[in-house]
Amino acid sequence: MSRLKKLLMDESKYQITVPIIAILLSFLIGTLVMLFTGINPLGAFKALIRTMTGLNLEQMFTDKMFNMRYVGEFLTTAIPITLTGLSVAFAFRTGLFNIGAEGQLLVGATAATLASVLLDLPAFIHVPIVLLSATIAGAIWGMVPGYLKAKFNVHEVVVTIMMNYTALYFTNYVLKALPGSTLIKTVKSNPSGTLESDFLSSITNGSRLHWGIVVVALAIVAFWYIIEKTSFGFELRAVGFNPDASRYAGMKVNRNVMFSMMIAGAFAGLAGAMISVGTFDYGRVLVGFENYGFDGIAVALLGGNTAIGVMLSGLLFGGLKSAQPLMQANGVPMEIAKIISSLIILFVAMKYGFEMLLRNYAEKHEKEGK
Amino acid sequence: MGKNTIKLVLVLMLVVAMLSGCAQSTAGDMTIGLVTDIGGIDDKSFNQGTWEGIVRFAEDNNLAEDDYKYIQSESDADYLPNLETFSDSGLDLIVAPGFLFFDAMTEVAAKYPEQKYLLIDSVVDASNVASAVFAEHEGSFLVGVAAALKAQDAGKDTVAFLGGMDFDLIQKFEAGFEAGVYAVDPNMTVLVDYAGAFNDAQKGQTIAAKFYDQGAYVIYHAAGGTGNGAIKEAKDRVINGEDVWVIGVDKDQYSDGIYEGEKSVILTSMMKRVDVAAYTVAEKVLNGEFTGDTLVFSLANGGVSIPAENPNLTAEWTATIQEFSDKVVSGEIVVPVLPVRLQ
Repeated sequence: MSRLKKLLMDESKYQITVPIIAILLSFLIGTLVMLFTGINPLGAFKALIRTMTGLNLEQMFTDKMFNMRYVGEFLTTAIPITLTGLSVAFAFRTGLFNIGAEGQLLVGATAATLASVLLDLPAFIHVPIVLLSATIAGAIWGMVPGYLKAKFNVHEVVVTIMMNYTALYFTNYVLKALPGSTLIKTVKSNPSGTLESDFLSSITNGSRLHWGIVVVALAIVAFWYIIEKTSFGFELRAVGFNPDASRYAGMKVNRNVMFSMMIAGAFAGLAGAMISVGTFDYGRVLVGFENYGFDGIAVALLGGNTAIGVMLSGLLFGGLKSAQPLMQANGVPMEIAKIISSLIILFVAMKYGFEMLLRNYAEKHEKEGK
Repeated sequence: MGKNTIKLVLVLMLVVAMLSGCAQSTAGDMTIGLVTDIGGIDDKSFNQGTWEGIVRFAEDNNLAEDDYKYIQSESDADYLPNLETFSDSGLDLIVAPGFLFFDAMTEVAAKYPEQKYLLIDSVVDASNVASAVFAEHEGSFLVGVAAALKAQDAGKDTVAFLGGMDFDLIQKFEAGFEAGVYAVDPNMTVLVDYAGAFNDAQKGQTIAAKFYDQGAYVIYHAAGGTGNGAIKEAKDRVINGEDVWVIGVDKDQYSDGIYEGEKSVILTSMMKRVDVAAYTVAEKVLNGEFTGDTLVFSLANGGVSIPAENPNLTAEWTATIQEFSDKVVSGEIVVPVLPVRLQ
């Protein structure tokens, strides 16, 4: 017990303890909500465990005990939101709020579809081209608000929100204009230009898991490297802490703002490719946003805008999202998972409150000790 | 302490697992699962209608509360995992409403060849998928009769058809409607136009305005969201003292056309009874008669119909419509599936 106490009081670990407290509290309240509304909370937890580990607690020691397909689908769900999480987190580090991950994702997804439907090349060159198109398209979509911010000091939140809608309607127009498209989807992509993987699918009992898992891993490493290990990343962080001081120190603040938004856009664009040539093998004409960008904000917030944090929170939110079919099959309405994920955000946003409480607790403890 | 704690947790997990295993109830007579599209369970359309059919079946056959359930999809990326989740738990029948499920259903049917599925309003050619399609032309024939009777009564000679997109499915609506109108009065004019989209209410309203200006008295729309524009135009005109009508599609749209109190511009509606389709196929599964065929839901088996309550139709007209319906069922009238302009 004393070890736990020490951990709670350690100010340098707040970055880890506060999100964990937020998660635990959210699950606790979620459980209470289920109890009060007459839903069996075990159903929700069993679903979550089965989704994230493949282990079926209801059929232990039978041939149905393990089903890796759930793990595959869980990872497939986590892939794009981890990438949009990286996108939002990257901009956050430079003091920018990228609400536009949704739009950057859509243009990225569409660029990937275009490259994979229209070109017919050997896979080893086709896949990089597809991913590169998505990255560049996302970067361009992120560059516009970055440029406007740097040049005219137009707030990036306003521009990115508007550009989300522009992206939605623009990509729908482009997708429908492709030869062979119907009202709801394009023709199938060339298999050489998709991330589909028979190997990953077969080891996860036929799930849709694709090579995007490797792309995400590389993206997480790239994020960490740029932010923590390069002087460019150092400048970005400096701009995020205090733009005026950075300018005084001789850093090109405006240029950094634009680059930061471009890189954020690139991550989101890559997330789009994960969906359009990973989860699906055709481009989809959307009726509305699918909220990958907003999930990304949640992921970045919980992950404390660090590479490793985003990875972990991407897994958690991916798990909550992909557990929904099983939860519903267990009689837990889809809203419960949403309540839990919203509470996590709420509590993480109350970070300073928690830190204050922890500090008070530490002070009190110290006095008693004396 | 570490090792002991882990041991304790593992033992507890096993105990919980075993208890929950015991708590599982023995299987009831039959289990049914519905996967909704992104419209949700209360969409007042296909999802809700199908669910109502399942609930009615469950109540008629005293199924336990746990034996019929639904999973709502949040995006189309969910269709496949949702269908797979139900398939894993080995339900007796899994239902998916709407053509949007075509791809996911094709895939899941191949993966679970022993599982029985029902796909509504689209056809997947697999031995374990029953596909329910509707004789839209027959239902459209009846509302064509209604439109002509109403127009005749008001001394008008023009009605109109507003289609979503010009392809074979929607042409069936047009053909049936036209035939119904001509069956009452061969000298009537049927105006036809297609909006080119199912979600363009603006375009729907523009075309409806054009129809009404050309003297159309009743518009039958088979255009989904586009048709809402036609309903809006009719409401606007009625509020301004004009006398015009709209015929709804897929479900009873009476409530959509209400402009004042209980009064609605919806004359009647051509209903696709997805609930009947779900009920019928569930019954087949229960009786061991399930086959992976395409089932046609027509006037004869109540798969298409006009609403039971039609406040804007007189009893006399309803009787006439019923006569025509009987003739279609008996085969005395064969409703065409191709409109006159394409014959």
